[in-house]
Amino acid sequence: MKREDQFTDCQASRQMIAKASRDGTVTMFDQIRERKVCKFGADGSCCRICYMGPCHVREGGPGADTGVCGATPATITARNFGRMIAAGTAAHSDHAREIVLTFLKILDGEATGYTIRDPAKLRELADVLGISSNGDTKELARKVAESLLAEFGKQEGELIFPSRAPAKRLEIWRRLGVVPRGIDREVVEMLHRTSVGVDQDFEHLMLQGMRVALADGWGGSMIATELQDVLFGTPYPLRGKVNLGVLREDHVNIVVHGHEPLLPMVIVDMARDEELLSRTRSVGAKGINIAGICCTANELLLRKGIPVAGSVLQQELAIVTGAVDLMMVDVQCAMQGLANVAACYHTELVTTSSRARIRGVTHVEFHPEHAEETARELILRAINNYSRRGIVEIPREEMDMVAGFSHESIRYMLGGRFRTGYGPLNENIINGRIRGIAAMVGCSNPRVRDGYLHTTVVRELIANNVLVLTSGCAAISCAKEGLLVPEASELAGSGLREVCEAVGMPPVLHCGSCVDNSRLLVVATEMVRQGGLGDDLANLPLVGCAPEWMSEKAIAIGQYFVSSGATVGFGVRFPTLGSEEFSSFLFEGISALTGGKWFFEPDPMAMARRLIEYIDAARRALGIEQARERVLFDMEMRRQIATG
Amino acid sequence: MSRIIATAAIRGAHSIIRRAEEKLKSAMEILGATHPVELPNTGYYLPVIYGITGRKVTRLSEIGPVLALAKELLPPLPAEARWTPYLGPMLDAGMATLFAEEIIEALRYVTGPSPVEGIWLGAADDVILRERGIEFVDGRAPGFAAVVGSAPDVPTAVKLAREMQQKSLYVFMAGRADGTSFAEQLAGADVQLGWPTRLVPFGEEVCAHIYSLGFATRVALSFGGVTPGDYRRVLSYNKTRVFAFLLALGPVTDEWYANAAGAINFGFPVVADTDIPEILPYGICTYEHVVARVPHDRIVARAVEVRGLKVPVADVEVPVAFGPAFEGEIIRRNETFVEIGAGRSTAFELLVTRPMGEVEDGHVQVIGPDLDDLKEGDTLPLGLVIEVAGRKMKEEFEPVIERRLHYFVNYLEGVVHIGQRDIVRIRVSKKAFAAGLRLQHIGAVVANRVKAEFGSLVDKVRVTLYTTPEGALAEQEKARAVYRRRDERLDALTDEAVDVFYTCSLCQSFAPSHICIITPERLGLCGAVNWLDARASCELKQTGPNQPVAIGTCIDETRGQYSGVNAAMQRYTQGKITSLSLYSMMEDPMTSCGCFEAIGAVLPEANGIFIVNREYTGDTPLGMRFSTLAGMVGGGEQIPGFMGLARAYVISRRFIQADDGLARVVWMPRQLKEFLREGLIRRGAEIGVPDLIDRIADETVGTSVDEILPFLKETQHPALSMEPIM
Repeated sequence: MKREDQFTDCQASRQMIAKASRDGTVTMFDQIRERKVCKFGADGSCCRICYMGPCHVREGGPGADTGVCGATPATITARNFGRMIAAGTAAHSDHAREIVLTFLKILDGEATGYTIRDPAKLRELADVLGISSNGDTKELARKVAESLLAEFGKQEGELIFPSRAPAKRLEIWRRLGVVPRGIDREVVEMLHRTSVGVDQDFEHLMLQGMRVALADGWGGSMIATELQDVLFGTPYPLRGKVNLGVLREDHVNIVVHGHEPLLPMVIVDMARDEELLSRTRSVGAKGINIAGICCTANELLLRKGIPVAGSVLQQELAIVTGAVDLMMVDVQCAMQGLANVAACYHTELVTTSSRARIRGVTHVEFHPEHAEETARELILRAINNYSRRGIVEIPREEMDMVAGFSHESIRYMLGGRFRTGYGPLNENIINGRIRGIAAMVGCSNPRVRDGYLHTTVVRELIANNVLVLTSGCAAISCAKEGLLVPEASELAGSGLREVCEAVGMPPVLHCGSCVDNSRLLVVATEMVRQGGLGDDLANLPLVGCAPEWMSEKAIAIGQYFVSSGATVGFGVRFPTLGSEEFSSFLFEGISALTGGKWFFEPDPMAMARRLIEYIDAARRALGIEQARERVLFDMEMRRQIATG
Repeated sequence: MSRIIATAAIRGAHSIIRRAEEKLKSAMEILGATHPVELPNTGYYLPVIYGITGRKVTRLSEIGPVLALAKELLPPLPAEARWTPYLGPMLDAGMATLFAEEIIEALRYVTGPSPVEGIWLGAADDVILRERGIEFVDGRAPGFAAVVGSAPDVPTAVKLAREMQQKSLYVFMAGRADGTSFAEQLAGADVQLGWPTRLVPFGEEVCAHIYSLGFATRVALSFGGVTPGDYRRVLSYNKTRVFAFLLALGPVTDEWYANAAGAINFGFPVVADTDIPEILPYGICTYEHVVARVPHDRIVARAVEVRGLKVPVADVEVPVAFGPAFEGEIIRRNETFVEIGAGRSTAFELLVTRPMGEVEDGHVQVIGPDLDDLKEGDTLPLGLVIEVAGRKMKEEFEPVIERRLHYFVNYLEGVVHIGQRDIVRIRVSKKAFAAGLRLQHIGAVVANRVKAEFGSLVDKVRVTLYTTPEGALAEQEKARAVYRRRDERLDALTDEAVDVFYTCSLCQSFAPSHICIITPERLGLCGAVNWLDARASCELKQTGPNQPVAIGTCIDETRGQYSGVNAAMQRYTQGKITSLSLYSMMEDPMTSCGCFEAIGAVLPEANGIFIVNREYTGDTPLGMRFSTLAGMVGGGEQIPGFMGLARAYVISRRFIQADDGLARVVWMPRQLKEFLREGLIRRGAEIGVPDLIDRIADETVGTSVDEILPFLKETQHPALSMEPIM
């Protein structure tokens, strides 16, 4: 096996890893090889929250079995885990805050580069928030934005979105005392409780872990998703392209990378500006090509059909093509190593967020008030850089996909305008054509073979009639392997295939970026509401997984799924294995509280099998494990049908 | 696969919408924008458009916006590869198709060619809707089949039609295949077409199936109390309560697919005899959506199964078909083999209770000649005597079961039964005779059905048919004594004479929010269930639609308020209705389903009320037609001043006694007056206004307050001098 083949299943990436090697460029794939994994760090049992340590602890083995302060491995792993949840929640929620603040600036007339693209969604959102929707759009928008902004700083009471959950789920949360009070408060409280000498009962601490995570899924992430839909349009299925082959040799290539769509959306619009296009032609390029990396890519793909150059693991490789004239990054998952890689080629790397700079990298700060000017400036920089290109080698690989599955578009595709709803999904789960639903989310991780785990799990799931909803870099991995086209239903089991063909959908539905995992909560809630699959999220034959996770955000997402009643499997390695006591709480004990739990499984086939087992268990509990007899209705039975 | 269907359906939708646009354009050019457009005699405008969008189309100019909506719904064709989901878009294209077709058909009424031509009947008006709709409500019709195209040959067509009739299904027909249509095939084989035989030829083109969906939509609006424009409820009502399906016979065209996509919105699946792609997963329909390649000998059974319908089929062994669909059959004189009664011979029927030991179960005997001994055009006396025995049988149930004889005999193909008691009249057709049908069979059918339908009351049945003049005459004398005794007992059967009333939720399959209270002097507002029927039904099935209501203590005698009735209403409406006045339409009146025979409504200017029956299609003094009023009254709400009612209740002693009773009635259509004539005269005399019937205005006097007030003044109608009604 060639060196580059160990890192990834992606042919384009292999080609670029090899090229980087030849070019003498150091990428994450070189770094990972050098990296010795610290067992204590990896397993969560290294405590460095005070300076009496650091303390490396392990249960029952050689070495200390508690920290200097007496903290047990369970406490230490729980604290580390809790801080990961807090950090992930902070990331999603700070993204959301930026959207809300920008939204208010738009309403104040300070940010002129934006308009509200989806007033219908605004009205629905207002309904959810209990805001009367009789006023004009702008007034309504203001009320909505103010109400959402207040969610961050609230000190008491409950966040609003958790009340969307099925009544039974909300009751469970209330009984556990884990309904978030305010997004920022929960993050702060977690940091406090995990600092030295505070909350040292791992079960008690994990109640806060649940509360923080819920403040992400049913708080920050949901705010980001919903308001971005209002602002930029709710995604509906469209065709897109993915992989490095979307870069174009004869175009000015601008790669947008990161997470917040605020500036990239304006860039996309601005790239059609005639003056800029004529400048482009004057430097000898045929046009401006925008391509995305990571979740910015997903945001633009779902709403504009903008091509995706790659996942988080391809950020450096895109530059290695020599064809990227400018790469702009904002927040999250933009690796500092980009600076060195960019320095090896002509690519101009630009940071744009006031919150994130990379030392030595050009910073063009984005403020919504000047979005269009900034966009113009960045595009001009890219155009001006075009002529500085050296040797260009763009891999040929590009793959089609169909993406854009929001709650709104799923309910539409299943019934059109007049029979909108989840009926066909639930019915075909009940009758067994669809065995269940698996959410596959999360990152790509150079510590495992890129794409191999994702696609192996997905292929096995769909072959067993499990419909997969995916997001983030997991979605990009699957897309590159051609799993996001409707024709992929040929790989599905006969039942799922029949449903995919009836609806015209792929067996793997791309739902968006990582904040968009909140969509999956809404979808699950709507499935419960549709009926026939129990009255709680925990009753659904629905599981989650993140086989190639790496970001703290993935842990926050996993925990809000578990707190919402789902069983969630993570691959790579699990950051609490340093304590069997705490791990067994996450893997078993927690299910007595939430109905959901974690599991760790690095082998993709084994992970798929376990996910299917959990789905089957849920089916058994619902009494739908076996095909039902067709019910034929006589008049008597019709009289019994509830008023509807 | 489904993409092929979606593609064809969307293509078909495009072409149908183009046709509608062209037709509208030329109609506008010829007639102008303000020209009226309507389907005959309906209060539901263009019913699919009205039901789904809430838009009332009355003029050509109002069609444009509907077509614009249809075009907005129209998706592009799915891509050949890498397509985006097409199920939702296909359903939208289907709905757009239905809007366009309804426009095309409505425009045909305006510009021609008329949809009513030859065998083709065109739109079903509201009278038909209510008359036939009731059968859907009470279960006599379990659903309908919308047949598109034609069978491969005439015998197959006849066989399929007979099979559907036997299953009591309505068969709606439109569209041709291979140069002919199912309806034309049946007509060619002398099969009786029309609403009475449930074989309804709507039109030659597939477009005419919009009348099937217009019928379905109106069932939801009128019986289901769904608000026009509440498309979710219109469609879910149809999915769960109107058991219809499409039968596609012959090569399926794009336009057929487009219609299928429209029907699937309603939850109506498609079953085809050709090799087309299938859509098997469930969801929009209860089970499969499109099932193909079904052989003709299995296609009806398969369709019924796919729709999720259980059809009770009587297991009677007779040489002709049997089922409710034959109730409306007509046998003309020249088709008649024998006619019994009708002044030509003694004829009567009687059902009586005997002690258990005296009835030999299942014994059917013709005493005298059977049909073999007759020649064409002869007559024959007939005394049809049914003796029953059963531990739970009561004498008071005799007339309840006896009334069903009409149906049992009439359900035979080739036999017509009219009237009751000693004014009964029976015709047997030549065809039925030729097929081997004899009086013995009629007796056997009666015995079979009495046991089948009243099994928990009747343990034994014996049927005797007296066919000699002397025998029939002698038995008739005995029967007349029984009729007299019954009538006397019925007269004595008053509300104060009983201590239990009954609920009726028979129509809850269609009108889920309404519940009737039935008393001896106030029958169900559909006119089909009286107190004795309810009592018998309750005996038949403890958990059935008729539950006893202990009257309890009297709260207000005039208004008819009883503690037990209020408690029952509270229980059966889940607390929605807590107080009910049995004899008032002004205070806590009875709610209404959609099946009422007539509507009473206050006319404040005349200080009285008017009553309009559902057969009357003109305007009423409130400026609204029956259908519009029906939309206001139905839906299980108490609406003071408006009430659905049975015609016979008008001449009950208890008729709105709290609101001064019958003397309040200032207007009713002439045909209702005639229907109630005898009772109106009798009740008028009882309340001291013997000529009340002549003081009640009708449409010949006028259909507005201004027209009828002078008449009421002139005739000194008693309502004018009463206390104000409001």
